Amino acid sequence: MSTLLDSAVRKICKAHDNDPTRLLDVARAVQEKYRCVSDEAIDVISQVLHLPRVTVESLVSFYAFLSTEKQGRVIIRLCDDVIDRMHGYDRVLDAFREELGIELGETTPDGNITLERTACIGMSDQAPAALINDVVVTRLNSDSAREIVRELREHMDPQRLVRTYGRGNNAHDLIRSMVRNNIQTEGLVLLTRTNRGEALRKALSLRPVEVIRAIKTARVRGRGGAGFPTGMKWEFTRAADGEQKVIICNADEGEPGTFKDRILLTEYPDRVFAGMTIAGYAIGAQEGILYLRAEYAYLKAFLEDRLEKRRKEGLLGENVLGHSRFHFDIRIQMGAGAYVCGEETALISSCEGTRGDPKNRPPFPAQHGYLGRPTSVNNVETLCCVTKIMEEGAAAFSQFGTNQSSGTKLLSISGDCRRPGVYELPFGTTLREVLNLCDAEDSIAVQVGGPSGQMVGPDAYDRQICFDDLATGGSIMTFGPQRDLLEVVHAFLEFFEDESCGYCTPCRVGTVLLKEAVERVRDDLCEPVDIDRFQEMGKMMKAMSRCGLGQTAPNPVLSTLENFPGLYANCKKEDSEGYRRSFDLEGSVTEASAIAGRPAHATGEKGGR
Amino acid sequence: MSQFTITIDGREVEAKAGQTILEAAEEAGIYIPRLCHKPGLEPFGGCRVCTVTANGRPCSACTQPAAPGMIVMNETEQVKDFRKTLVEMMFVEGNHFCMFCEKSGNCELQAMGYRMGIDVPRFPFLFPKRNVDASHPDILVDHNRCILCARCIRTSRDVDGKQVFDFVGRGANKRVAVRSGTRLADSDADVSDAAVEACPVGALLKKRVGYATPIGERLYDKAPIGSEIENGEES
Ligand SMILES: Cc1cc2nc3c(=O)[nH]c(=O)nc-3n(C[C@H](O)[C@H](O)[C@H](O)COP(=O)(O)O)c2cc1C
Ligand code: SF4
Ligand code: FES
Ligand code: FES
Repeated sequence: MSTLLDSAVRKICKAHDNDPTRLLDVARAVQEKYRCVSDEAIDVISQVLHLPRVTVESLVSFYAFLSTEKQGRVIIRLCDDVIDRMHGYDRVLDAFREELGIELGETTPDGNITLERTACIGMSDQAPAALINDVVVTRLNSDSAREIVRELREHMDPQRLVRTYGRGNNAHDLIRSMVRNNIQTEGLVLLTRTNRGEALRKALSLRPVEVIRAIKTARVRGRGGAGFPTGMKWEFTRAADGEQKVIICNADEGEPGTFKDRILLTEYPDRVFAGMTIAGYAIGAQEGILYLRAEYAYLKAFLEDRLEKRRKEGLLGENVLGHSRFHFDIRIQMGAGAYVCGEETALISSCEGTRGDPKNRPPFPAQHGYLGRPTSVNNVETLCCVTKIMEEGAAAFSQFGTNQSSGTKLLSISGDCRRPGVYELPFGTTLREVLNLCDAEDSIAVQVGGPSGQMVGPDAYDRQICFDDLATGGSIMTFGPQRDLLEVVHAFLEFFEDESCGYCTPCRVGTVLLKEAVERVRDDLCEPVDIDRFQEMGKMMKAMSRCGLGQTAPNPVLSTLENFPGLYANCKKEDSEGYRRSFDLEGSVTEASAIAGRPAHATGEKGGR
Repeated sequence: MSQFTITIDGREVEAKAGQTILEAAEEAGIYIPRLCHKPGLEPFGGCRVCTVTANGRPCSACTQPAAPGMIVMNETEQVKDFRKTLVEMMFVEGNHFCMFCEKSGNCELQAMGYRMGIDVPRFPFLFPKRNVDASHPDILVDHNRCILCARCIRTSRDVDGKQVFDFVGRGANKRVAVRSGTRLADSDADVSDAAVEACPVGALLKKRVGYATPIGERLYDKAPIGSEIENGEES
């Protein structure tokens, strides 16, 4: 074993206090330094942190951004999302492949550049996009892809690929990114100027229960997707037994097509941190964690800097704003590429330095969360709502929206529309109004709430965006007349298959079977009975899966079966000769024919699996 | 310990605080199908075969604590159909060739299939490529039959105090791996470990004892899985 590696890895462990609950950070640091977490490194880590070797291996094998195989000095992660595919993913991929002379998943022979695909990186409004190490490049085409490779070959410095900066803080010294904000609406509540420190000052002048009461009066419901009343969640966490409590801000923003938290983190970080601090005060927490998805690593230095400033200004740390009993600080936990880590209990597992497996509930995080401490997990936008409510009062907030869904919602709109970007609209806005605003009136279908949401057609355009009608964590994808919706469904199912944690049977197996079923529909190999079976299986997955991922994974199939039955029309005919269409006779005997030395019959298109 | 009643399929059943639905049911002689659950181990909640509805909401009976007045439905047509679908999915996920498997007749998955009346899965087989690890002198690991129930992992960790196994990979690529290195022979696994006995299927087997029990006398030859609970043989 190389002693150099040994001592470097030991140093990394030491920098994390040799704390096994920081294993994810340790692995990330080793990955960054050595471009992999090698078997040797795993040995050292397991020794120093006193963890079984297999536990370290388990973690490394879970996260997409960690690998045991050595990767290139530069990793190009091309965003492979439906929206990117609609905007030329294939051409961009081909350009990268040709220019690099490698396939997806490979590294150039000189060990310099690795080419990979990855799930939505939160840039659907400027697709096709890619991550080059931590640097985001957007609006790619085959020319820019080739140019990127040529340049990288010269200097190997991804940051130098960025020539123009996006507006606002994207141009900040600590960000320097070409990412555009694409804020499309004048702010109502959230996308407005903020008054630093004021919300927190007001909150600290109240008693914690009064803060919770204000949040309840404003009727805030969680913006991360599930819509749970925020005040109630805080009340549970506050009431739970435990000296130490924790507030976690969920900035995993992994639902494909969602990028509104990116805007809040870029332009309103103080509003987010103030919301966390207020939440901490209300529930009685000393500790806050911002869980930042790995894809947003380009924002990390900037956010760390903001935290440091807040500490200097007395907005964080011992005796926040001079309050004698309130001590509170925030750390940033980086993710490592796993959609399921947006699920709150998986997110907690990840913060604890383990695989991002969801946990059994009960106990709920409010009773037994991060390291067993009562924990409230809240979305970025939810926490921004909190800050605004403290600043301007509950009434100013709840004047917008509907009875059951008060306030406004940030929508991330992408796809076939002329004005993709972030919109702040009152709850209750109809889908038609949304499509008018973003200039997508000719949409044949809209995916509301990302792959885990539902696909609706024109007959639903008068329905409202709100918790009890068309619910969404923020993702709205629009599809124009030229789109093949079955391909969209297929892409969503591929996503779930890639992202299932594998803990429970319905999701682990169901995502694979559903994807293959849609392939057979596409290839005209499906019969009506198959559709019934897969519908039944989808319902079973919704009921029996262990977490929200598996419970929503069949939605692309179930919602299109309901709203777009025409997509499955070719399954309705029985085979005229009475054969099972899914049975590929020629394909099944090919291998045997080869063994027997007989020529395989030319089979044309029929392929099966 | 406080005592209360719940109802399961309309029958009133006594339960104690801290008991799961599955445990309360079992004490009352009601069998809730299960595969990843094993008494004495920390509940895992992975196979989902034990799913029931409690006050109308689906949950895994092996992890859900019983609560006073809880209304549990275990044997509805819907729940039974769902479970059958689930067990069929387990059969297509792995490579299960029961007719020449040493575990046949003593296999909980096979027995579950019989109990639920599965003759052939309605889904296409996935035929995954998986490994066999025969490196250990006394123990065989056949990943083709593994249902990822974590019984070996939990038993090794909590009963044997060894932590020989853990999961690696995610999604369809998830598999059981060995503590150090890649082969079981390189670990401290021993044939006397409780973990070896914990496997519900034929994924973890003692070598040289296969087919010892004649057909007709194997564990599930005479009565279906679960009947020992229904007939009050345990508890
Ligand atoms: C698979 C999955 C992914 C999720 N991803 C996110 C996410 O990226 N961001 C988020 O805020 N909530 C996400 N959620 C919802 C969280 O579990 C949780 O409900 C939310 O963070 C709570 O915050 P809120 O009450 O403020 O909405 C996800 C849920 C599931 C099941
Ligand atoms: S539904 Fe099951 S397999 Fe899917 S992500 Fe959740 S726990 Fe993992
Ligand atoms: S027995 Fe309950 S989930 Fe497996
Ligand atoms: S008979 Fe079930 S695993 Fe062999």
